[in-house]
Amino acid sequence: MGFGEVIGYGFMQRALIAGMLIAVLCAILGVFLVLRRFSLIGDGLAHVTFGSVAVALLLRVDPVYTAVAAIPIVLISSLGILKLTEKARIYGDAAIGIVSSFGIACGVLLASAAGGFNVDLFSFLFGSILSISPDELLIAVALFVVVIATAGFFYNDLFAITFDEELAKSSGIRTGRINGVLVLLTGLTVVLAMKLVGIMLISALLIVPAVTALQVARGFKTTILTAAGCAVLSVAAGIFSSVVLNLPAGGAIVVINIALFVAAYALRKTRMRRRGVLS
Amino acid sequence: MSVEVLQVTGIGFSYNTVEVLSDISFSVSSGDYLGIVGPNGSGKSTLIKAILGLVQPVQGSIKLFNTPLQQFTEWRKIGYLPQRLKFADPHFPGTVEEIIRLGLLAGKKIPRSRTKSDDDAVEKILQLMGISQIRKRLIGELSGGQQQRALLARAVVGGPDLLILDEPTTALDPETRGNFYALLHDLNRMHNTTVILVTHDTWSIGKYATRFLYLDKRVVFDGTFEDFCHSEEMTQFFGEYAQHQICHRHDAEGSGNNGFR
Repeated sequence: MGFGEVIGYGFMQRALIAGMLIAVLCAILGVFLVLRRFSLIGDGLAHVTFGSVAVALLLRVDPVYTAVAAIPIVLISSLGILKLTEKARIYGDAAIGIVSSFGIACGVLLASAAGGFNVDLFSFLFGSILSISPDELLIAVALFVVVIATAGFFYNDLFAITFDEELAKSSGIRTGRINGVLVLLTGLTVVLAMKLVGIMLISALLIVPAVTALQVARGFKTTILTAAGCAVLSVAAGIFSSVVLNLPAGGAIVVINIALFVAAYALRKTRMRRRGVLS
Repeated sequence: MSVEVLQVTGIGFSYNTVEVLSDISFSVSSGDYLGIVGPNGSGKSTLIKAILGLVQPVQGSIKLFNTPLQQFTEWRKIGYLPQRLKFADPHFPGTVEEIIRLGLLAGKKIPRSRTKSDDDAVEKILQLMGISQIRKRLIGELSGGQQQRALLARAVVGGPDLLILDEPTTALDPETRGNFYALLHDLNRMHNTTVILVTHDTWSIGKYATRFLYLDKRVVFDGTFEDFCHSEEMTQFFGEYAQHQICHRHDAEGSGNNGFR
């Protein structure tokens, strides 16, 4: 199957558009989360999404709107993780562990009450970007616009708290509010990414492009752009290879992301060796 | 006419049940250079955090530019340089230029967009600090002295009226430390920037500061360095030998400059 033939399919066009939009969001937020040592929040929220999806399936919500139905629970959970970290003197990773295990536990209990796991639930676990419908694409575009506009609006504040929260606070930046914005945007993005790579692989999409960019980029904005570029490349290549080679798209995307990371790491080491020789 | 920049009245602070600050009162006027010194655990950094609203005192009040801290919003008037160790992350991808630009956010409303005058201010401060050549370098790649200059540039790029520095020279070698203090002295003298400097380096503070606050959970001494050196109360507090060491180290180092004003 050739490139022209593959790209001609409507499902392929929808998958590529939605996939690349989601990849950009994950990459941008991932840079902030990784540098703030908060990168596993994506994994935790993905587990909460599992519970939310189970609720939606139990309530027989139309599959197109399952992700939308998951949004309120995921947003509340993301703020819950933040408040546990801030107020209950619990380390961030432990707070994520508490909320994510609660999400999984609720998901398992609800799935059991619904009569056991079924195909729908597995499509959420491992992603099904190739089956994205026109309505789901519209939802993805709308959420993309909301997240990207909010992230852009608060970009300078997000950069400031990522560099140093205490310094940001001393500049009059309301760090609690900006942290809230970051976790809420992450929650929305996780819900979107569920369709692309599935609950099990969402954290890879948040973390890997960011750490790849950190290997080679010089400058904060450059890091964000590089991460977005890597994410888009991996999603496009992953979706194509999944169609051409008959592979699961989610897994292919993550493996390509890891390959890009290894290449970036090797590039950084080579640069460092050269600098060492020159100096 | 000097303006009241900071007024601290009877503040106290405790971490859990451990008292860190007790009944601290002092004020700082425009153009002052106040050195805050004291032993480890004397509450110096906590006092600075209380002034900046980063921790909440259990009692007393703080006014910045005659406005109660809780209502203070003009953070662009304040530049802050915390202890350097916090920036030890060598992987942070921000360039020197990007970090300095953060110092301009305080005076703006969200989204705090970049303007042409921001670019001019950054350019000017890069020149003033002599760090133009490292503007594109990542902050984590710099030496201690370069990093500290860049962070000082971030603190002063907005032209603050009050500059607060918390042990900024801990990681610097003696020569770089001397240059750093000279730079602060210029800012204080030539730009009338009020300076509050927390340090262990008592002698260096004596050389430049117009006032000297010795803190040990309470205010032990508040006056000029010269007064400190001639205070019998301080002789009793430190012992004659220790006081002599603090006051006359520069003689032993042969600087030939008593530095008192």
